[in-house]
Amino acid sequence: MAQAVPANTKWWGGGRSPFNLEYGKLMMWYFLMSDAFTFGAFLIAYGTVRMSSNGWPDPNHVFQSAPFLGSGLPLVFVSLMTFILIVSSVTMVLAVHEGHLMNRKGVVKWLIWTIIGGLAFLGCQAWEWTHLWHEGAWWGKIPVYEGSHFLNAHDGSVPSTNFSNFFFTITGFHGFHVFSGVIINVIMLIMALNGSFDRKGHYLMIEKAGLYWHFVDLVWVFVFLCFYLL
Amino acid sequence: MENQHNISPEVTFHAAHGDTKSVVKKIIRTTIVLSVITIIELGFGYAIFFIHKNPEFSRNLVLTIKGVIVILSLAKAFYIVSIFMHLGDEIRNMIMTIVVPLLLFVWFIGAFMWDGNSFKNLRNDYDPHHKDRVNETPKNKKPAEEHGAGHEEAPKPGAIH
Repeated sequence: MAQAVPANTKWWGGGRSPFNLEYGKLMMWYFLMSDAFTFGAFLIAYGTVRMSSNGWPDPNHVFQSAPFLGSGLPLVFVSLMTFILIVSSVTMVLAVHEGHLMNRKGVVKWLIWTIIGGLAFLGCQAWEWTHLWHEGAWWGKIPVYEGSHFLNAHDGSVPSTNFSNFFFTITGFHGFHVFSGVIINVIMLIMALNGSFDRKGHYLMIEKAGLYWHFVDLVWVFVFLCFYLL
Repeated sequence: MENQHNISPEVTFHAAHGDTKSVVKKIIRTTIVLSVITIIELGFGYAIFFIHKNPEFSRNLVLTIKGVIVILSLAKAFYIVSIFMHLGDEIRNMIMTIVVPLLLFVWFIGAFMWDGNSFKNLRNDYDPHHKDRVNETPKNKKPAEEHGAGHEEAPKPGAIH
């Protein structure tokens, strides 16, 4: 698993990075760790408030619509979003791999696919938000009336607006990460097309952008878990 | 594959990335693993959906299924971080500086879920009307096409529903 290194390498004797990593990549890792704590704090706040509430909507009844397919379809649309993000993560790994091989054409090709995946995900999220907004859910608003599918079907409890507050804040924060990831990937694409990486002699920037992009996918695993599955 | 490009001076040993065939094979295998886990999760999600249709469903069963889903999600996170982000290929000490701080989440999640639950119980015990307020099914009808809750601008006719 871990990097194979000759025994008795003096990592801490000075003159070399003990982590065998260049500065930017190491700092990207620490940034991502701190970002993980930010998202973790959001999701734990969500969990705490949910635990402290008597009423909470059933996700299978709230998120049950898909474009062109109508309603009554729990998990259909969100699974599409999940697969889009997984696939765009895969295309990003392939871009990083082509970068190792110094193959500019390959990097460009896979980066374009990754950007398309990111934009598709953002489009899905825009649809989801618009749909919920039309249903009357927004920050500080939750549609509560007789027969509303935001009422919990099996205990009849009335949810508080905390549900929509957390949903829009956390998916919005994640969507903002996806958006900035797409911007970073576009910049990487432009730099690759300009030949900047070939002049530098390495494609390490693609690796750093890739780390960020995979992190966005990683966070979605937990957003998907907390809002749609639990 | 070693040293075919001069990476930064901070890197002493260049990772052997392997030949394209084996790398792509590993990526495809990981993709399949992630997709299969997601499909299993969706299956469990539908299982909960159908269990909920029975008015006297077993809460413990639902809770167990949700626990399994959480474990599956952690497995997905492991694959993404270890294979896609190549953390598994780094030096052990570096891996530890990332993974060990994240262990705080174990305490963090446990303590806060416990606290949330305790707050709910206290309010239900000491505020006699708290529970009634939540469990009162609303009698009002659906408002007639109230578009754009809380938004000032004129609502556009909804093409999307």
